[in-house]
Amino acid sequence: MEILDLVWLIPALPLAGFLTLMVIGRRLGEPLAGLLATAMVGGSFVVTVAAYLSLLGKAEEERQFTQVLFDWIPAGGLSVDVGFLVDPLSITMCLFITGVGALIHLYSVGYMHGDPNYSKFFVYLNLFAFSMLMLVLGNNLLITFLGWEGVGACSYLLISFWFTDPEKASAGKKAFVTNRIGDWGFMVAIFASFAALGSVTYTEILSGAGGLAETTATLIAATLFVGAIGKSAQFPLFVWLPDAMAGPTPVSALIHAATMVTSGVYLLTRINPIIAEAAGWLAPTIAWVGAFTAFVAATIAISQRDIKRVLAYSTVSQLGYMFLAIGTGAYVAAVFHMITHAFFKALLFLGSGSVIHGMHAEQDMMRMGNLRKFMPITAATFIVGWLAIAGVPPFAGFWSKDEILLYAFAENPALWLVGLVTALLTAFYMSRQVFLVFFGEERFEVEHAAAGDGDGTADTEDIDEADAAGAGDDEVLVLHDPPHESPPTMTLPLVALAGLAIIGGGLNLPFTGGTKFLEHWLHPVLGENEAHIDVATGTKVGLAVVAIVVAAVAIAAAYAIYLRKQREPVEPEILAEGWYYDRSISAFMGGPGRMGFDAVATFDRVVIDGAVNGVASLVRRTGEGLRGSQTGFVRSYALLIAGGAVVLLAYFLAQVTF
Amino acid sequence: MVAAVEPAWYLILAAMIFAIGAVGLLVRRNPLVMFMCVELMLNAVTLTFVTFSRMLDDIGGQAVVVFVLVVAAAEVVVGLGIIVAILRKRPSATADDLALLKG
Amino acid sequence: MSSTLVLAADIGFPLLTASILVPLAGAAVVALMPKRRAELLRLVALLFAGSTGAFTVWMLAAFDRGDSGFQFETTHTWIEEFGIQWHLGVDGISLFLVVLTGLLFPLTFVAVTPKKDPKAYYAWLLVLMAGCIGAFTALDLFLFFIFFEVVLVPMYFLIGGWGYGDRVYAALKFFLFTMFGSALMLVAILALAFVDRDANQPEVEQAEQQLIQLEQVAQQQLAQGAQVDPQITERIDELEATIDEGDQLTFDVVELAENRAETLQAQQAGEVVADPNADSWNPFDWTAPKWIFLAFALAFAVKVPLFPLHTWLPDAHTQAPTAGSVILAGVLLKLGTYGLIRFGLYLFPDSSLFFAPVFLTLGVIGIVYGAVVATMQKDLKRLVAYSSVAHLGFIALGTFALTTQALQGSILQMVNHGVSTGALFLLVGLISDRRHTREISALSGLQKSAPVLAGVFTLVMLSSIGLPGLNGFVGEFLILAGAYLTAKWWAVVAAGGVILAALYLLWAYQRVFHGEPTEEDLDTPDMKLTEFAWMAPLIGVIVFMGVYPKPVLERIEPSVSSLVQHIEDATDFDEPDAATSGFSGTIADSADSADSAGTSDGEVEDGDDPDDGEGE
Repeated sequence: MEILDLVWLIPALPLAGFLTLMVIGRRLGEPLAGLLATAMVGGSFVVTVAAYLSLLGKAEEERQFTQVLFDWIPAGGLSVDVGFLVDPLSITMCLFITGVGALIHLYSVGYMHGDPNYSKFFVYLNLFAFSMLMLVLGNNLLITFLGWEGVGACSYLLISFWFTDPEKASAGKKAFVTNRIGDWGFMVAIFASFAALGSVTYTEILSGAGGLAETTATLIAATLFVGAIGKSAQFPLFVWLPDAMAGPTPVSALIHAATMVTSGVYLLTRINPIIAEAAGWLAPTIAWVGAFTAFVAATIAISQRDIKRVLAYSTVSQLGYMFLAIGTGAYVAAVFHMITHAFFKALLFLGSGSVIHGMHAEQDMMRMGNLRKFMPITAATFIVGWLAIAGVPPFAGFWSKDEILLYAFAENPALWLVGLVTALLTAFYMSRQVFLVFFGEERFEVEHAAAGDGDGTADTEDIDEADAAGAGDDEVLVLHDPPHESPPTMTLPLVALAGLAIIGGGLNLPFTGGTKFLEHWLHPVLGENEAHIDVATGTKVGLAVVAIVVAAVAIAAAYAIYLRKQREPVEPEILAEGWYYDRSISAFMGGPGRMGFDAVATFDRVVIDGAVNGVASLVRRTGEGLRGSQTGFVRSYALLIAGGAVVLLAYFLAQVTF
Repeated sequence: MVAAVEPAWYLILAAMIFAIGAVGLLVRRNPLVMFMCVELMLNAVTLTFVTFSRMLDDIGGQAVVVFVLVVAAAEVVVGLGIIVAILRKRPSATADDLALLKG
Repeated sequence: MSSTLVLAADIGFPLLTASILVPLAGAAVVALMPKRRAELLRLVALLFAGSTGAFTVWMLAAFDRGDSGFQFETTHTWIEEFGIQWHLGVDGISLFLVVLTGLLFPLTFVAVTPKKDPKAYYAWLLVLMAGCIGAFTALDLFLFFIFFEVVLVPMYFLIGGWGYGDRVYAALKFFLFTMFGSALMLVAILALAFVDRDANQPEVEQAEQQLIQLEQVAQQQLAQGAQVDPQITERIDELEATIDEGDQLTFDVVELAENRAETLQAQQAGEVVADPNADSWNPFDWTAPKWIFLAFALAFAVKVPLFPLHTWLPDAHTQAPTAGSVILAGVLLKLGTYGLIRFGLYLFPDSSLFFAPVFLTLGVIGIVYGAVVATMQKDLKRLVAYSSVAHLGFIALGTFALTTQALQGSILQMVNHGVSTGALFLLVGLISDRRHTREISALSGLQKSAPVLAGVFTLVMLSSIGLPGLNGFVGEFLILAGAYLTAKWWAVVAAGGVILAALYLLWAYQRVFHGEPTEEDLDTPDMKLTEFAWMAPLIGVIVFMGVYPKPVLERIEPSVSSLVQHIEDATDFDEPDAATSGFSGTIADSADSADSAGTSDGEVEDGDDPDDGEGE
């Protein structure tokens, strides 16, 4: 219990880092500020591991611990604490958030080298880690919401980190506002649960869920799902995530791949008893939204040229898998995939960051090629990530994706089919990326004259130039220095993550009950709400084989198209433009949406204020009309008075009856 | 025996003075004369007060007269002052020339 | 709470009277000082405002947090004939508004230097301060009205004299709008006092008849040469006292509210014939209380301002000098929302309940409308002004949701809005001082040259957006969570307002602070240390109230729950209790109870009959 009493340290350490860096970050400078931030998150990781071990040492039913720090919002019958709920689910989340987070912090120490706002970056990064940990550790909906909005705000600050570029600033705003649409759902869910259950504390609402009316449970679960759609970039709110790639690459890896975007999955897993009570249509809806998003995003990823945008759409697609899992009741599979995804997607993002770094801020894959010659470590680790996401055994992604497909098959073969096609597309676009970037011929030139004084580290300010360079599509990129491998602070996390991406599948191997470690571990949280499927072993093996074959076919096809050039690549514009979805939304917002807003503003100016000014001018004009009667001649006034007196007198005399 | 003076006579006298004053106010243009007309009207009312006070045997009416006298005196001080000031500045001014209040 | 402080309150130091008279004295002193020594003037003004602030902090420290009634009460007869009193007091509802006033004023003295004539400027501000504190603490309607009106004059001169651009137009508009409302309120105050007295008339007549009989008896006894029975004399004195009391007008808020509640309770119990048309929406059926309530509500709605009475606000805010905007947003608007609670809900529980759907709707319209119009503004200050319309909409929503949480949230949000929007106006003032423009399109990339300013702006903006962990969230959350209990759909739509809040502020921030800076932007100096120093207390409050609002909430709560209790006692309103057992509540349940509260679904459906007469 002593260890668990220290659980507040998990978010407190990054918070301390945030506060310290905010005050003296600039003075600490580079790289001390970055190292301090890394140490803080690393410290959290250590505490988390300790808490994990302590929890592991307990009997299964005792693996729940609540720590209340203080009363946050006490108001009438409502009481909200600042408190933490430590259970297998939250600790699992904390483990990979702090673990992957620390690695990404370390990577950033090298990646952000030379940035004028070096320390500020780590201020935000630590604040993000704090918020994310509050999100998963909070013992009530409101603390989770605190983290939820906190990560949203950090995401905003980090996406628009290079704020002088209007596009990046715009992307940050877009992310925040789109997220807020989801947050609206989250808020309504909080109100509904307070109204129905008088509490927002997880232990109370989850144990009380059984007594909820179906409509209430559906309302709470559905509105939380809306929140999850926003945060986890599902259809129809996924538009912000690809744009969020405007942020520095470590941010994309940490926030927009490994941690923040998975919080929707976490939330739905956390409230699984409420979903169980909800109407029957809700779970299939979640599954279909997930499957649809997975498929659509995968199709878009096929035609992207920007190395990070491929990964962004890939993230959306993989998150779709997780929602598919949740919708089919496969919470364990969802969490499993969330963890393995955190490993390999963080790896891929950091690898792409390393590539961008080495290519002096170039992000267009069509101008790369054969980079494995220049950056062997990056290439090797990236290939590991590729195999993991493509679903090649025994890499981590295979196991988790296979599990999701299995549950989908048991629920509805149509869902399975969509998942399988998505798997095919995934393997294809990732292979395309790997072949375009690391294999084939070099599609750039190196200006050898200037190569002499290259010191091996690029200024991150170069990144600003990248977009300018990206404008001319077909010009050949000319680099002053040859591409180079990144410094050890950057490659070290890559290697570590690659290791995790290889062995991550070991968390929950499907062979026997004994190897399903994650399932046992999460059992106290999920209880009977985890779907139990009854599929013959033969079918399981058959499905796995189909998945492997599909992956192999996709890789072979990509090999044939992009490396052997046997076929022309099929990259229709509609896919490159993301089904014109984002564009139509932008067009709507910029066109009719804006006109609507303008109309209201005009209404305010013309009608409402106009009414006020109209009354004023009416009064003025009436006055102007009446002033004519004021001649200024004293005698005419006197005459009026006399006349008035006579009239009055006559009136009163008429009243008198004689 | 001379017939007793009926109160009605006083009232008629007062009404006549009032009418003279009112007509004078309306037809004359000289501010000084107009001012005197106002005084006439005022005094006509005063006379009425005294008459009724006597008739109804109520001292209140005579008390009001004292008030009116004081007010009239104050009014004369202010009004006459203004008129004299105006006439000094513009010797030929009539009431109609003083139309500064025209809207 | 240290005992010396309690003692100080007990021995009767007139803390409230002092907090009103000290700034007034300050105004007089400043007015008598020589014109030329601006720094000295500022120092003296600051001294008086600061000591008033100190009084309010003292009040805060000595405030008994468990007490729901009025504290630090002072009562002096003023105009005895009409029952007008100098009656002051604070409770949990007004306490933090008084403290906010006490602290915001000295801060503006430090932060803003007037562009001309400092003497008149400081004198007016001090008068304004006295008026605000007076209005928040007055417990006599007549006294309240005087303070409510006194506030107008200094503000008029501040906008007209020290403002920008079209300042005379803005000042006049502000003045006329508010006068229009308060003229009706004056009539309503008088009407209320007379209605209240008339309610005593049956009792008085009864007493008069008894008195006549007794006097006859007494005279008979005297005629018989006997002594008058001492019991009869005593009874005669009693009756005479009753008649005197019954004929006495009173403007005392507490007394009026109690009398009104008694009448309503008697009606509910069936002792007195209730108004048969109590639920009618036909204005011709309405009796005096409804009209009086509407007159009050109109005066406050202008001040809040509620849609569609808000158009004076953007003009006044935009053209006012920085200090004027800060005070206007921070304190003056709260007079309206405070008035709605103190003189709306407290004095007219039945009419408030009856008209609640109207005000809820206006509040929600204000939230969405204010945000939409704010989005399209070209002037930074105007944008902040419209954001006030949205924020005040939240407060109106919370007020008329009539639940403990919502009301607590409303009061908290009044303070929060004062701090956050006050800070935003100060920051916009800093920008416009540096650049002599507030046009959003003229600014760009300021974060590059002024990172500290940008950082502070970001924090304040996030607070205004309602980010959890900062002050704005706590208030908004409580309002919405409380409103969801009685006014579900209003709360759901209002929650959508948070999306728009993010939109207009972030967009404005993006255009001003992000993007490629021009030469001129690069020359914009960052915040000076002194400027940061006076922003620091506001930042501290923003963070503290977001992280640990408990000390504030627990002082507000007793007064609010007793107010809700007061409404429940006087009407058939029943505050829906969020299920505490964890099993009984369902959507259907809460919808039912909301129906009986007369503020929810039923109202949407039939539109004219919110109070389905359960309690008659």
